[in-house]
Amino acid sequence: MYYQEDLETMSRPELEKLQLQRLQDLAQYVYDRIPFYKEAFDKAGVTPADITSLSDLTKLPFTVKQDLRDAYPFDMFAVPREEVSRIHCSSGTTGTASVVGYTKHDLDEWSDCFARWIHAADCGKGSVLQVAYGYGLFTGGLGAHAGGEIAGCAVLPMSTGNTKRQVRLMNDFRTDILACTPSYALVIADEAIKEGYRPAVDFNLKAAILGAEPCSEGMRAEIEEKLGCKVFDIYGLSEVMGPGVACECEYHDGLHICEDKFIAEIVDPVTLEPVPDGEYGELVFTTLTKECSPLIRYRTRDITRFIPGDCACGRTGRRIDRIRGRSDDMLIIRGVNVFPIQFAQVISEFPEVTSYYQIVLTTKNHLDQVELQVETVSDFPFDEIRKLESLTSRIKHALKNNLQIAVDVKIVEPMTIERSEGKARRIIDLRGEN
Amino acid sequence: MLSQLTVFMQNKEGRLASLCQALADADINMHSLYVADTSDYGVVRIFCDFPQKARKVLNQEGFRASIIPVIGVKVPNVKGGLANLLSFLDKAEVNIEYGYCFAVNNEYAIDVLKVDDPDFEVQLVNAGYEIVEKEEIYQRD
Repeated sequence: MYYQEDLETMSRPELEKLQLQRLQDLAQYVYDRIPFYKEAFDKAGVTPADITSLSDLTKLPFTVKQDLRDAYPFDMFAVPREEVSRIHCSSGTTGTASVVGYTKHDLDEWSDCFARWIHAADCGKGSVLQVAYGYGLFTGGLGAHAGGEIAGCAVLPMSTGNTKRQVRLMNDFRTDILACTPSYALVIADEAIKEGYRPAVDFNLKAAILGAEPCSEGMRAEIEEKLGCKVFDIYGLSEVMGPGVACECEYHDGLHICEDKFIAEIVDPVTLEPVPDGEYGELVFTTLTKECSPLIRYRTRDITRFIPGDCACGRTGRRIDRIRGRSDDMLIIRGVNVFPIQFAQVISEFPEVTSYYQIVLTTKNHLDQVELQVETVSDFPFDEIRKLESLTSRIKHALKNNLQIAVDVKIVEPMTIERSEGKARRIIDLRGEN
Repeated sequence: MLSQLTVFMQNKEGRLASLCQALADADINMHSLYVADTSDYGVVRIFCDFPQKARKVLNQEGFRASIIPVIGVKVPNVKGGLANLLSFLDKAEVNIEYGYCFAVNNEYAIDVLKVDDPDFEVQLVNAGYEIVEKEEIYQRD
């Protein structure tokens, strides 16, 4: 089922014509309104007028996450403050967070994107959408919420947590669609089973639109079996918009990009040259309709490929494959994007511990668990347990504030954390192994 | 004041055994060992011969060990012996970080106290308590 049939099934020549026109407007728009882009264009020796075909996109400079951090808080906004309707930002303290603003129009466009995928899941008016993504600065909760409203759903704004209640209302309210992370979907399924429900039979769930973290084939099969619904893998990132940039259709063979709003490229992460169609590389996005925080050739660091050929569903937006990995050291922990450097920054604020640390990631009851191991400095008064416990609880608190996730802090014996001249192995990722 | 050897230790299989072995290999005899433990780690408090040497040996072996000055009070090995001392401590305005007891012989036990105030020993003596000398427990170095 389409939501905006004309845009979703537009012929390729028409779509490319629309993209070119929007790209030309965008180039001029960012050149005039965002000093960062004027400087970047000038440095690359390119002007907005040089864009005469879609292939000219490669003449434009890339944007990286650090550029957004450097622009903290509002230097990349292209509109005056009174036109900004909402602000989201990634985790991190000042200087490491990237801030994204939305005008009213930007929010509408985002809602439309998400609504398309609700329709692709054969839901819409009359459906109950249970949003179990976190509500807040993270784009998951509000993105799914607004998309559900515009698609005509009755939206249940649960946010994450309180799993017993999620199960109860999912049953009592006859929820049709669940939107959350894949791991939380499994937590809900297991809780329901534990409480004696047979969710696949008793519940009314048709679709689970899941995103913000990778979903393995095994996990998908488990969710579909336990909840008796179809899983739709949805993709998005706050820098580009939020969930809905791309999503699976009813054929579940790759994620269609909303190409009327975004141009996607796949480039070699080293040479930054486009890779041949069908080969893996880094996903790069140019936003075509965003007013507040438009982006030119934003490097997502996500590794994927274009799936060649047309899709039987009739949508003409090209499909990307499931995200295969990252070209940087970003971790996705419970759907939250975290960089190891953020741990290092928090640790550096504690003179009681050395700068050596190790992060151990495991899975417990489908949820990511993070353990940070640190060593105390040699003159730390470890004789008193009270001081050790106070130290771990202060570090925990600082991490929670900075990363927005709960971290278990463990003090380990001296010299147990690997010292290395080069790149130390700071991350031990055991998720999926237990 | 007594020199207590304190060792920070992760809750890991065989870790305590290797600590004891390291001391044995260095010809150091232990007289008491007490573990304060949490789920992740333990703090091991030891009285042994030649505590300074023991500290050096353990640190070389990769343990984190240090010497902590503590007070040892003799408590008569009779009913109410410890209760009497604790009620004195209760009234004295001193911050006690921790304490533990171990028996030495049939006559008295030793109550070990970690306090912030180094002059507290004098107060105990003035109140009639007998303080343990190093030589009564271990060979000093």
